[in-house]
Amino acid sequence: MISKSRLDGKFGKYGGKFIPETLVPAIEELESGYEKYCTQRSFREELESLLKNYAGRPTPLYYAKNLSRYVGGAKILLKREDLLHGGAHKINNTLGQALLAKKMNKKRIIAETGAGQHGVATAIACAVLGLNAEIYMGSIDMSRQKMNVFRMELLGGKVHPVKSGTQTLKDAINDALRDWITNVNNTYYLLGSAVGPHPYPTIVRDFQSVIGREIKQQMLEALHRLPSAIIACVGGGSNSIGSFHQFINESNVLLYGVEAGGKGIRSGEHSASLCAGSEGILHGMKSYLLQDEFGQILGTHSVSAGLDYPAVGPEHAYLKDTKRVRYVACNDDDAVDAFLLLCRYEGIIPALESSHAVSYAMKIAKKMNSSDSVVVTLSGRGDKDMDIIMDYTKPGTRKNKRDDRKT
Amino acid sequence: MQLKEKNECALICYVLAGYPDRRMCNKVVDALVRGGADIIEIGIPFSDPIADGPTLQKASSLAIRKGITAADALHLARNIRDNFSDLPIIAMTYSNIVIKMGLHKFMKDAKASGFDGFILPDMPIEESQQYYKNASAYGLSTVFLVSPNTSGPRIKQISSVTTGFLYLVSILGVTGARISFENYSIDALKKVKRIIGSKIPVGIGFGISKPEHVKIMSNSGADAVVVASSIINMITESTNRGSLVNEIREYTKSLKAACGK
Repeated sequence: MISKSRLDGKFGKYGGKFIPETLVPAIEELESGYEKYCTQRSFREELESLLKNYAGRPTPLYYAKNLSRYVGGAKILLKREDLLHGGAHKINNTLGQALLAKKMNKKRIIAETGAGQHGVATAIACAVLGLNAEIYMGSIDMSRQKMNVFRMELLGGKVHPVKSGTQTLKDAINDALRDWITNVNNTYYLLGSAVGPHPYPTIVRDFQSVIGREIKQQMLEALHRLPSAIIACVGGGSNSIGSFHQFINESNVLLYGVEAGGKGIRSGEHSASLCAGSEGILHGMKSYLLQDEFGQILGTHSVSAGLDYPAVGPEHAYLKDTKRVRYVACNDDDAVDAFLLLCRYEGIIPALESSHAVSYAMKIAKKMNSSDSVVVTLSGRGDKDMDIIMDYTKPGTRKNKRDDRKT
Repeated sequence: MQLKEKNECALICYVLAGYPDRRMCNKVVDALVRGGADIIEIGIPFSDPIADGPTLQKASSLAIRKGITAADALHLARNIRDNFSDLPIIAMTYSNIVIKMGLHKFMKDAKASGFDGFILPDMPIEESQQYYKNASAYGLSTVFLVSPNTSGPRIKQISSVTTGFLYLVSILGVTGARISFENYSIDALKKVKRIIGSKIPVGIGFGISKPEHVKIMSNSGADAVVVASSIINMITESTNRGSLVNEIREYTKSLKAACGK
């Protein structure tokens, strides 16, 4: 399941490890630990057992008949990562990395979290594997996501408020890195997305690739062919790279990554690093960033907290440049529309992050034939988004420029 | 840039470009040099400084909010060059600031403004080929860092590419003034000196804020000490701009007095 080849830190010109020297031994230890344990049969079996019996894998690939009929055109299938324990795909990665940390004899786990989904998934994995979780979270995010803070604490995690910079996800990563620099001898940094210095983008992608492997198998079993397209939302890009990875060499399968267009690309209030960003270095990697002309990182906006990140995983940067994956943006209004439609037509409350992918899937399904099939990765469930939806659906809240949609 | 062959440790003092404002920053540099600073390190603020503690984080955000950019650092270097013709000046910033402007243009402008070299704490040797090439083309030093947990073979490797001096990070941690140092910092300094001998000078920084710290480092073989956060703290906490310049000069004098071996 995990790539055995010698790990390569670069995806074209992207990726690498732009890190302070103090972290070099820790990154090297992680690299060799990953290579050593993740190719071992016993490790793979232990992880597979956790994913199956604890997290709830495999997740269904569900044919959304009602939504497909409403849209017209291709069949829309939903990869139900929202049904996993914890309510999101994040646990695929946290169980994998927490198990790796345990094998590497690291008892103290640190993590960053934005909306709190990765923090919760980390606290879950640490609780079940007997590790200590300390989670960095921006103070603005903490007040926006009080429930997730409480969940993390219930699960035994310690939450550190981050008051520097924009007090959101990017600053939580900064503080987690600073903690790691300071406690490098006894600490494992459990990064939550396919970002950061090598080998994180590779490790996270490998642990999330279970999504794409199951899609492939389930499509062949149910429809005896591969899907026409796979669509997933992109913040840091872990559920999307996990969905795409098995299909990179299947040139007949179209791949779409959907970024958060916020209030429209032209408004400047969005999180679309690939659609509107430029090359730069942040959090130890070279990738596409949202930055000003002087190289300062910009603030971001999205109705979905999980996509609110001014950079993106380096493999996506490479896949954009090589044109293997097409990256598009979906704005807040369209994501919320898709959210409401999925609730009503399929009885599924999706995460706002995943709703971006659903929205774009509807657009392209409409242009396809009924013999085509479109797989959407439903990366998480939307219970966490109730307050936001309640506010957003109040009359007079919508501010988007409708002409600014990118298709 | 090469540290002077002297029987004392060189004093490297840090200022953040445009902090607390452009005019005052010039005065701070003047006070540092008159107090005895041998090298001035000019920080260019970055929004996400992962190697820095709260002091430099806060000062950097403030400077960015005031519109300070690399252009201000270049301007400051030019001013220093006008007043002190042979004082070494190094820039300290993060890779993205340099990459965004373009390595070639950045190095060209830096040279023209009087800079002698660079410190980029998030640029390890593995990623540094283009950076090194462009800096060398303009005769600019590329100061690389080592840490207390850097292995012997890697110290050797880094010391073979660093130019100007080798920067030893004194502690496992981020920048910020400290009350005292643990033995492992001194052990790291002695280890680095033992491994590289007199091939290239060793500067030590992170946490150094008092004359007694300077004394310990100097006596343990440091060729230079870097003082940063404590200077920024003095500026941030100052309630009287009039006396600040004097205070910084006196503080620098006290540090310089501890540099003798």
